Amino acid sequence: MTQVHVDGAQPLLRGEDLIRVYDGHRVVDVRSVEVHAGEVLALLGPNGAGKSTLMRLLAALESPDAGRLVYKGREASRDDPELRRAAVAVLQRPYLWRGTVSQNVEYGLKVRRVPVSERRSRTRLALDTLGIAHLAEAPVDSLSGGEAQRAALARALAVEPEILFLDEPTADLDVMVRGRLLEDLERVVRHAAPAIVLITHDPGEAFAFADRVAVVEEGRIIQTGKPADIFEAPATEFVASFTGAEFMLDGEVAEVEEDTLIVRLDSGQLLEVAGECQAGQTVRVAYRPEDVILAAPSTPATSARNRFDGVVARLHPQGGLVRLRVEIDGLSLEVVITRHSLENFRLEVGTRVSAQIKATALHVFPA
Amino acid sequence: MDVLGDAISQAIGLLLSGDPYLWQIIARSLQVSGLAVFFGLLAGIPIGTWLGLARFPGRGVAVALVNTGLALPPVVVGLFVYLLLSREGPLGALGWLYTPSAMVAAQFVLAAPYVAAITLAAVQSVPPELRLQARALGASRWQALMLHLREARLSLMAAVAAGFGAVISEVGAVIMVGGNVHGETRVITTAIVLETRRGQFATAMALGIILLAIAFTANAFITRVQQSQPRRRRPLTS
Repeated sequence: MTQVHVDGAQPLLRGEDLIRVYDGHRVVDVRSVEVHAGEVLALLGPNGAGKSTLMRLLAALESPDAGRLVYKGREASRDDPELRRAAVAVLQRPYLWRGTVSQNVEYGLKVRRVPVSERRSRTRLALDTLGIAHLAEAPVDSLSGGEAQRAALARALAVEPEILFLDEPTADLDVMVRGRLLEDLERVVRHAAPAIVLITHDPGEAFAFADRVAVVEEGRIIQTGKPADIFEAPATEFVASFTGAEFMLDGEVAEVEEDTLIVRLDSGQLLEVAGECQAGQTVRVAYRPEDVILAAPSTPATSARNRFDGVVARLHPQGGLVRLRVEIDGLSLEVVITRHSLENFRLEVGTRVSAQIKATALHVFPA
Repeated sequence: MDVLGDAISQAIGLLLSGDPYLWQIIARSLQVSGLAVFFGLLAGIPIGTWLGLARFPGRGVAVALVNTGLALPPVVVGLFVYLLLSREGPLGALGWLYTPSAMVAAQFVLAAPYVAAITLAAVQSVPPELRLQARALGASRWQALMLHLREARLSLMAAVAAGFGAVISEVGAVIMVGGNVHGETRVITTAIVLETRRGQFATAMALGIILLAIAFTANAFITRVQQSQPRRRRPLTS
């Protein structure tokens, strides 16, 4: 398990041994999670993994069945006034209340009894920041999905929270609106609060946005680390497949060299893999389709030792990219290349190619 | 048909003439039912809110009881309040029997369940996440609850109208505890009964028209509120 510590500084917020049970089922079972000042932490996991519940526990909106929250070094409960004021969450759907956009945006200031003049100026600033100043007096039921989500974000930003929790801020939006909101999140939200916890099921969003990522599976945090670490060294098969390495090759460790393994695949090929395992162990090997390099069969081998000749068996265009299947004596490899490369190399079903993959681009997990 | 036609035309004449007897009865009716609904709101809104939001064992039974309250026969409520307030009753010392206070008390018992039941439905129609979002913005439990009620306010106004409509038109309870005393406890419904018995159809009809107008106004209000409801919380997708 990878742990990144921010210069040994005391975390702003720490959850310890948090357990939450719904209907006899442990939806959250997290030994430790820390939120540090100055970072964006992403809680990444599939739908139903318990991310939102974990967020509610961390944001002190819900009490855990066991475990505790430590805020700035002291234990804090759900009704801790200081933590309640410092932690602000934007729930998955905007949940705007009746009235105008500015009435909504000033709500957090109103409950904090901020004087009217300051309330007005901070509301205006938050609306400007999210680019919805022109909607200040619009009734909330006239807003589009993207506008409503911006209003909900502005409502949270106006409060100037110390820790901002964002629960799937783009989940309900269509692709175009989502893209624009993501850009604005990157531009605006990062500077809006000293610490941000982003809940997302989208690895791309987490990797693009976060300083640290905690991968959540079935209520547990199974890996925490910098995005690059998680992408390059997924701790489990689940993390690997969830972050895009969908294709697993089964085999057995035939030989253990210094820091590499020779894996004999069930289909017979020998594969050099970076990793640690015992000789004779049954393993699964994960790779990312975009890490496979295609070349003409006559090309001399590159530094990649894992080089197999095969035949293009299938082409499946995906927008600007094309997914290919290469059949190599009982082994199928999925490959992603650009449409441009496809045309350049005149690849079609039946073309003979050489597929190469670096040992360090492969991830090995005990089967 | 002639009797009815005559009664209606005479009734309109009476109403336009500003007959003091008529207007005194109308004022008493509005006063008694208005106070009953006011106290009904004081009791019904907290009870309805609590039943709508709290989770506790026996909640289902409590909700069923409140809903049963919608079908309370006024005459049984009248009898119950009569026994409470009668000289030998537990509240006999108040000396309320055959006074407007007794009528307010009886109509309160009829109005409170209406208010509680409609409040219950109203607070449940607001998504609970709204309160959670308010809490997530720093609101105290109380502030979040107030926001929740504010969101349900249109339906709560309907509760006022429904409660008022239910009590202004009942006769059984007020006649038992009020006694229909002229100038004291005579209200529209009890006066209609009396005037009809006395053959004063024009006066009875005039009162009937007023009662219908009041009931119509209350119901028109509810209808307007209900028709403005579906606009809320449409799915937010762009």
